[in-house]
Amino acid sequence: MLERGEVANSWRHERWDSLRLLTPNWQSRLPGHHYEGPDPDGYLTMAEVTEFIERFAKVTGAPVRTGANVTSLRRTDDGYDVTTGRGEIRCRTVVIASGACNRPAVPHLAAAVPASVRQLTPFDYRGPSELPDGGVLVVGASATGVQLAAELRRSGRPVTIAVGEQVRMPRTYRGRDVLWWMDASGLWDQRYDEVDDLERARRLPSPQLVGTPERTTLDINALTAMGVEPVGRWAAVRDGRALFSGGLRNVFALADLKLERLLDTFDEWVRRAGRDADVAPPERLPPTRVPASTRLQLDLRRGEIATIVWATGFRPDYGWLDVPVLDEKGRLRHEGGVVDSPGLYALGLPVLRRRKSTFIYGIEDDAREVIDHLAEYLSARR
Amino acid sequence: MTTVANGVNVQALLEARDALKGAPEAAQFTWRASSKWQDGVHSTTTVRDFFGLGQEQSHKTESVFEADHPAVFAAEDNGITPIEYLLVGLAACLTAGVASVAQNRGIQLRSVESTVEGRHDIRGILGADSDVRNGFTDVKVTFTIDADASRQEIEALVAQSQKRSAVFDALTNPTDVTVDVA
Ligand SMILES: Cc1cc2nc3c(=O)[nH]c(=O)nc-3n(C[C@H](O)[C@H](O)[C@H](O)COP(=O)(O)OP(=O)(O)OC[C@H]3O[C@@H](n4cnc5c(N)ncnc54)[C@H](O)[C@@H]3O)c2cc1C
Repeated sequence: MLERGEVANSWRHERWDSLRLLTPNWQSRLPGHHYEGPDPDGYLTMAEVTEFIERFAKVTGAPVRTGANVTSLRRTDDGYDVTTGRGEIRCRTVVIASGACNRPAVPHLAAAVPASVRQLTPFDYRGPSELPDGGVLVVGASATGVQLAAELRRSGRPVTIAVGEQVRMPRTYRGRDVLWWMDASGLWDQRYDEVDDLERARRLPSPQLVGTPERTTLDINALTAMGVEPVGRWAAVRDGRALFSGGLRNVFALADLKLERLLDTFDEWVRRAGRDADVAPPERLPPTRVPASTRLQLDLRRGEIATIVWATGFRPDYGWLDVPVLDEKGRLRHEGGVVDSPGLYALGLPVLRRRKSTFIYGIEDDAREVIDHLAEYLSARR
Repeated sequence: MTTVANGVNVQALLEARDALKGAPEAAQFTWRASSKWQDGVHSTTTVRDFFGLGQEQSHKTESVFEADHPAVFAAEDNGITPIEYLLVGLAACLTAGVASVAQNRGIQLRSVESTVEGRHDIRGILGADSDVRNGFTDVKVTFTIDADASRQEIEALVAQSQKRSAVFDALTNPTDVTVDVA
């Protein structure tokens, strides 16, 4: 196992200070290793996740070679040549487990932002104290965006959040963590070859969830109640002004409708499973409130916005991959983790084999199936 | 696939989507209109040809649109005002979207009606107040739909039609517009 940094590198170095997992503690489980603390419904801090993964590496005796940055992977006649910061390796098979979130994805708009405005990605952001005073424009309202918007608003700054496609979720539903429902109802186990539109499922933004001891919901209504101002998707910069889409109402309507369908699915599942007595009665969330008037533009030269935080998602970095297995959009071509090159495999990508594929909790089932394939590949070529 | 008959050939649209995924050049269309000044603020615009799927294309017939201003603007009212054409485009586009999405989701439509209202503060175009914009203050569309579907499904149809609408996008998002003199 080659690791350019240390074990649990992304959790140590690529997350902000206040972050806790959005998955509850009982879902912090890896094969043969799970959370055993006193609070199964709580959410791990970054120090705790790091420790959790370190412990897993230790108890499994994982042969991790740290400080071994892979700078090149090339195909040979019978396998692959790997160049690392610690020498060359030849192997017959490779599993790409380098993560789905190596780089913040920042749209081209960033280049048109006036130089007077500071721009940050979640990788640069540690906490509010490092930001200049003044207003913040958070771009994106998925898990990262809503969490940073809330934290920055609590620091006393005026915060505007540009909202595109979003996945709204309550933290708890009928008395249970919403991710309990995703798991128990089988939705998270839905396989990649079963979902209607796999391409869409793989592009789905992360849900508006935060892990806090209070188990609070952090949707747009919660943000507006704190005084965060929602605006439409950021569409363009013209003459130093940010122009936002006028389609905010529909973005809200779509998220509300999808949430309602999700809750209907939960209700239906629990009824059919005869488990209605295990949970509280059904509830419905109020619709997302549309502000009386939404701003369609913001002058970035006026000083009102001191900082822009790009919470526009993450993408993998395959700069080291010298095998032609990327599509025209730079995504890995694979079928359930079996990459389009003999003996090459992948793990940890969105809906790799199931909806839960990118969660700590989701890796076990995927890993088993992908490694079964790999083992068969090797034994057929002995 | 589905037994509903809304008159939309969804199969053809889905096939086109798959075909164009691998052929982005063929997906490049150019829509055209030619306009001619008549008199006063009256103009006549004709639409017939467009470009798409790699070649010149034509509508079955040429369409002619008269635009003018109403009598309250001291004009002849030979046709609707230019900004009203945007409402025509929006209503037609969303309606087409509702029908297509309904077909795709197997929902039989019986009637789809809508009213579109664009509120407009004309002090902008008159230059009477520089804080007022020239275009619409806001636009409101109200659909009345009779279909074999729940209210939630109908709301989802309308939401999805906005998500895939060319005119909704053109109205809600900025577009780079160049106006030259030939
Ligand atoms: C902000 C954020 C919050 C998240 N919150 C949660 C959550 O609450 N719960 C949850 O289950 N999941 C969460 N996730 C998803 C999380 O990333 C996955 O659950 C899990 O950590 C993925 O593990 P991984 O090993 O696939 O990827 P990573 O954790 O990214 O590990 C990949 C490793 O590969 C190394 N690497 C990359 N390239 C090279 C190279 N060229 N050479 C050598 N080594 C390399 C990296 O240093 C890294 O250590 C979150 C993700 C983000 C970005």
